[in-house]
Amino acid sequence: MNFAILNYWDIGLAALLLVFNAGLSLAFQLGLEKRLLIAGTRMVVQLTMVGLVLKALFAVSSPLYTGLAAMVMVLFAGREAMARQDRRFEGYWSYGIGTGAMMAAGLVVTVFGLTTQIHADPWYDPRYAIPILGMILGNTMNGVSLGLERLVSGAHTRRAGIEARLMLGADIRKAMRGVMGDAMGAGLTPIINSMAAAGLVSLPGMMTGQILAGVAPVEAVKYQILIIFLIAGGTGFGTFVAVIAASRRLTDARQRLRLDRLMVKSDP
Amino acid sequence: MGERPVLKIRHLTRPGIAPLDLDLAGGECIAIGGPSGSGKSIFMRAIVDLDPNEGEISLLGQSRSDVSAPDWRRRIVYVPAEAGWWADRVAAHFDDPDLAAPLMVRLGLTVDALGWEVARLSTGERQRLAMVRAFLTAPQVMLLDEPTSGLDPEATAKVEAMLRERLDQGVAMILITHDATQATRLASRRFRMAAGVLTAMGDGGGGGGP
Repeated sequence: MNFAILNYWDIGLAALLLVFNAGLSLAFQLGLEKRLLIAGTRMVVQLTMVGLVLKALFAVSSPLYTGLAAMVMVLFAGREAMARQDRRFEGYWSYGIGTGAMMAAGLVVTVFGLTTQIHADPWYDPRYAIPILGMILGNTMNGVSLGLERLVSGAHTRRAGIEARLMLGADIRKAMRGVMGDAMGAGLTPIINSMAAAGLVSLPGMMTGQILAGVAPVEAVKYQILIIFLIAGGTGFGTFVAVIAASRRLTDARQRLRLDRLMVKSDP
Repeated sequence: MGERPVLKIRHLTRPGIAPLDLDLAGGECIAIGGPSGSGKSIFMRAIVDLDPNEGEISLLGQSRSDVSAPDWRRRIVYVPAEAGWWADRVAAHFDDPDLAAPLMVRLGLTVDALGWEVARLSTGERQRLAMVRAFLTAPQVMLLDEPTSGLDPEATAKVEAMLRERLDQGVAMILITHDATQATRLASRRFRMAAGVLTAMGDGGGGGGP
């Protein structure tokens, strides 16, 4: 493979674009310059650290350290998904449901992809496992957080309708079906949209990266298609698990709607 | 009354209401008055098990804990002051709209209303449709939260006529009402709820009731 290796001057030159944006913000008094620079700096620091961590992980190629890295990724994804919720379950449920769903979906789909399609050797080889888990988790996190958000807000706004069905003797599954369907739809819409637009509107980042790295376009496309299937599978599975688990927590054995188990995010 | 109680409530408690005992005979209607926020609706919700609560309730000798929640709520139907709706069209709220039609007509609604959007309905129309929905579950006990608050005297009379019919058939009712004359017309006993405490106010007052 031949690809253009970047030196630090190249990166510094590209960073001038951000400086230019900050300058625009200053000139027009938009007040964005500080946030732009902080976010840009964070990005550089975080990615550099990830690069170093990946370098070390690849060097040792140990199942233990790869597993630990995967665990840390899942925990961060769980925290991020929870932070996006305006209304949360009390106690550890809020964190637990999202994290559990992402862990289940991320692990099952990643291991499935690694062992049966990508044939990494050994299957936990971090060079494959970590990037693939990362792509699956990133998308699953979106699906899970959108699904949970829609389920909880739907149960809240449509409480009267749900309870009206319960009062007339409907079972809780029937009463919750509408909001659960909406929640699943909300979780899956981004991936459905991105599949529909793939190649026409956007060139997926991984495929672009492989092409830049010298991979033949058709091979890069094949890889991308595989990854999108894994992502869609993970997102669907994770969203499904999260929505089912959360709707169980929103209801109880006597088939009541338990909005009292939610709390509103306190203002920071 | 002399009849054995249809609904027997012992020590029903939950936050907002004091432990509460009540017996209700078949065909009997009791009225509950009292300021808003005093716990009347919370009491109703507790009876149909919509919120966590403690205490013993039995219907015709069968304990609530032995009955599945949906079955319990079909036998004791609660019609809240503001009914909930889960679909855009009226008809979607009935398992069989054909069964709803004659009841709608009796309550002064047109059958065309089945095709209307819920958002288009007036308060009174919603109230009567919610009543039709509740009648169709053929309950043994009805818990009615201000069932005629949005109705004119004519429509109120129609609703009351249907309620009286059910009472004659042995259905028991708890009626929350701010209308003392309605309480007199329908109820044999009157209660008052204040700060979560239910107190008896003596007999119906005007000699009404079954």
